[in-house]
Amino acid sequence: MANRRDFIKISGLGLAGMAMGGAAYKALANTFYNTPETDGISNLNRTPTYCEICFWKCAGWVYKNDEKKIWKIVGNEEDLNSNGRFCPRGTGGVGMYYDEDRLKTPLIRKGERGKQYFREATWDEALDYVAKGMKKIADEHGSECVALFNHGSGGDYFGNLIKAFGSPNIAAPSYAQCRGPREVAFLSTFGEGVESPERTDIRDTKCLVLIGSHIGENMHNGQVQEMSDAIDKGASIITVDPRFSTAASKSKFWLPIKPSTDLALLLAWIHVLIYEEWYDKDYVEKYTFGFDQLKEHVKNMTPEWAYGITTIKPDVIRATAKEMANASPAVIVHPGRHVTWYGDDTQRLRAVAILNAILGSWGRRGGFYRPEKVSVPSYPHPPYPEPKRTWREAFPGQFPLAGLALASGICDATIPSLSRDCSIRGWIVDGTNLIETLPNQQNTINAIQNLDLLVVVDTMPMEITGWADVVLPECTYLERYDMIRTGPHRKPQIALRMPAAKPEYNTKPASWIAKELSKKLGLEEYFAWNSMEELLDWQFKKLGTSLEEMQRIGVKTFEREYDDLYFGEDEEVEFVTNTGKIELYSTEMEDAGFDPMPKYTPHEEPPEGFYRLIYGRGPAHTFSRTANNPNLTDIMDENKLWVNPKVAKEWGLQNGKEIWLKNQDGVVSQFPIKVRVTERIRWDSVYMVHGFGHDDKRLKRCYGKGASDANLITRVHIDPIMGGTGMRGNFVTFLYEPEPSIIKEKSI
Amino acid sequence: MRYAMAVDTKKCVGCSDCVVACQTENNVPIGYCRDWVVEVMDGTYPQLEIEIRSERCNHCANSPCVRCCPTGASHFSDGGIVLVTHNKCIGCGACIASCPYDARYTHPDGYVDKCTFCIHRVKKGQQPACVAVCPTKCMYFGDLDDPKSDVSKILKKRKFKTLIPEAGTDPKLYFLI
Ligand code: SF4
Ligand code: SF4
Ligand code: SF4
Repeated sequence: MANRRDFIKISGLGLAGMAMGGAAYKALANTFYNTPETDGISNLNRTPTYCEICFWKCAGWVYKNDEKKIWKIVGNEEDLNSNGRFCPRGTGGVGMYYDEDRLKTPLIRKGERGKQYFREATWDEALDYVAKGMKKIADEHGSECVALFNHGSGGDYFGNLIKAFGSPNIAAPSYAQCRGPREVAFLSTFGEGVESPERTDIRDTKCLVLIGSHIGENMHNGQVQEMSDAIDKGASIITVDPRFSTAASKSKFWLPIKPSTDLALLLAWIHVLIYEEWYDKDYVEKYTFGFDQLKEHVKNMTPEWAYGITTIKPDVIRATAKEMANASPAVIVHPGRHVTWYGDDTQRLRAVAILNAILGSWGRRGGFYRPEKVSVPSYPHPPYPEPKRTWREAFPGQFPLAGLALASGICDATIPSLSRDCSIRGWIVDGTNLIETLPNQQNTINAIQNLDLLVVVDTMPMEITGWADVVLPECTYLERYDMIRTGPHRKPQIALRMPAAKPEYNTKPASWIAKELSKKLGLEEYFAWNSMEELLDWQFKKLGTSLEEMQRIGVKTFEREYDDLYFGEDEEVEFVTNTGKIELYSTEMEDAGFDPMPKYTPHEEPPEGFYRLIYGRGPAHTFSRTANNPNLTDIMDENKLWVNPKVAKEWGLQNGKEIWLKNQDGVVSQFPIKVRVTERIRWDSVYMVHGFGHDDKRLKRCYGKGASDANLITRVHIDPIMGGTGMRGNFVTFLYEPEPSIIKEKSI
Repeated sequence: MRYAMAVDTKKCVGCSDCVVACQTENNVPIGYCRDWVVEVMDGTYPQLEIEIRSERCNHCANSPCVRCCPTGASHFSDGGIVLVTHNKCIGCGACIASCPYDARYTHPDGYVDKCTFCIHRVKKGQQPACVAVCPTKCMYFGDLDDPKSDVSKILKKRKFKTLIPEAGTDPKLYFLI
């Protein structure tokens, strides 16, 4: 070993960065520490919250210092999502509050879209503008033509508003751009989804298999913690990834697979388990449907067959299958989270589900547990009007198994087409930077240019706000109440978020914005509560607690209703599938006209001189949401392009060299990216962390830092089963000098 | 009493949460840090190995920084913790130059600052902020003279190393390997 050594100080800045950062912070501290007054805001030195930096929603405490200014955020020990330990993003959440680049007051567009001409407006003016725009669309085209995109807590209020308004078109990019295929695959196999937080019993597993999933770089808090617990207890980890991820470095087996061939490996594993008779026979016999068909289906999918496709040696495929079998049923073939890769993702996740099923891990300790959650009563309101049409009608006969609306679908349904008599005309975008989140930026911008109304609610001037007609500045989660957090876990729990400080500047909580808008739209009966305190107290009392108690404890744990975290010995289980069994052979897929069992199909390979663009997460950031956060840019302020040394040599690239990237469609990255030459990436791929390369100058700390992968993802492979947008089929080459992008026709 | 810390390189994922938590807990200005994370990779694809370490002041028993401080600002406190008295420090930087671990920095207010092992928390019976936040629970803190402390127990159980042992500083920051 040791012929190449890569020494990197991940955090801990150079001197130049230090001097500037320090000065900026001092200025910030003087300008923006306003002592919160009491009115409604607690003067306690610690107030409960749950984190809004990612979807994991860890519950914790916001501490104030002696001057009653927000000081630090730490986890609540009672909280099952965090066990009292926040991840770096959550710990750095204070930076979101102190970020001097925050949106400060409502803005109304003055010039054309995409140019930054705004005027400041009062809330009344801005909301009038929005309400008028929405009414006009409803009168002329129908209220379904207004759609909501959301990510995070604001969705509760805007969702209520949009449904009351008469539109069913509510989408979160977290479905079609992220975990949708996994949910559909597990639903069709087990009759239940994986959900969030994932029901993986990593804590007690003996073998954890990660397919491209980079726990430890993605800081899905509970998963990271439990993986560490499992390592402590001697669990083995098998990582399948073309990149030597952090998780790979903790693994007993690292399978450096050729990208896009995972399904072949999964099928070969299924083959080995069945033909070596290493599968869980009792479990399969008792709970599953279609084993004989599956056995026949994978007959020729031998490790030797998979070797030719995946480059993983047959003996390694056998050894890893044995490793899983030895651990069974305490084994998890992890379903991953961001799984929209190649367009056949639902089928790949079906193979993952099948593998778990024959290993007997679903419903077993160390496999997948049965979560429970508290159902929070909703405040009484009139029934929602029946919408006349939905986004589905824009795609007749397509994506039959999509369980939720597709953000990409709503985007496409905004671009007028001869085949449709009506398009979406208005978007309300809350807390999601669609420019970076949806694949194919040009397509998104095209859709935006066809809108009559674009309203963006955000805390930061993200790129999407630059395209808005009206920008509504939301206060951060540290300055507001929000709906009760409830989510599936080993035990049901609820958590409270309350303001630790008054909203800074002229910002408002989403709950206030939606309620005020409801008044202007004549929909106030859907927001019948007078204040969030009143609403929350009403809900808490129905759950046997109160706002006052929750302010003191932050998190409340309930006993499970059923004592069935795992399947009981000899328990008869009725699965919510057509056959009432775990469907190895999916009747649902078959009925919808898809392969009832997954098949491997080869995907396109990089052209000569191009490399597959792989993207992922860095532990200190959540997409673009955290990109400008002063505490977190301190840890990581730009992304780098990982290049294998062989490739670097061929191109004459050294560490730190700035290059531009050009993709297969001629699109060139807007900003250069620095090269990181490392053995940790395969020679046929390059890697970068997602969420950088911001081009809105109002984001002073992150403007122009690194490159945006979203910018280069112009080719999208749509999953025909549920409409997921596969984004890993893009290839890039290197440019020493920038070149103008040639925007070719959309290439789907 | 001899305070010490051990970091498990087999569990640390290099997330830098320890760095952010230290910054907020100790009001370390943005752009500076008392702890940092290092990643060392060896090998050629696909035969690779990585060691990840969260590093900070080693609270050396034989500490060059205390020895060379002209004003006595750098000193030993309870349990061998090396501290800097801010108002005694003249910011000359002799200690920064003498530290083999590069653990000290000059605060924008002019004095030298570094890890205190969170003595203010330890005195209240709490763990240091970095130890308390670490999502992988890979850090162990306590008194080496107390065989029941977390750090004593883990050092008994696991193989470990220290950094730059040849400097003869007798460091109190251990890395489990
Ligand atoms: S995982 Fe981190 S960012 Fe996500 S909710 Fe928890 S603390 Fe916040
Ligand atoms: S918080 Fe823990 S896992 Fe993260 S870098 Fe620090 S020591 Fe490592
Ligand atoms: S012990 Fe305290 S001061 Fe030292 S690195 Fe950890 S958090 Fe910072």
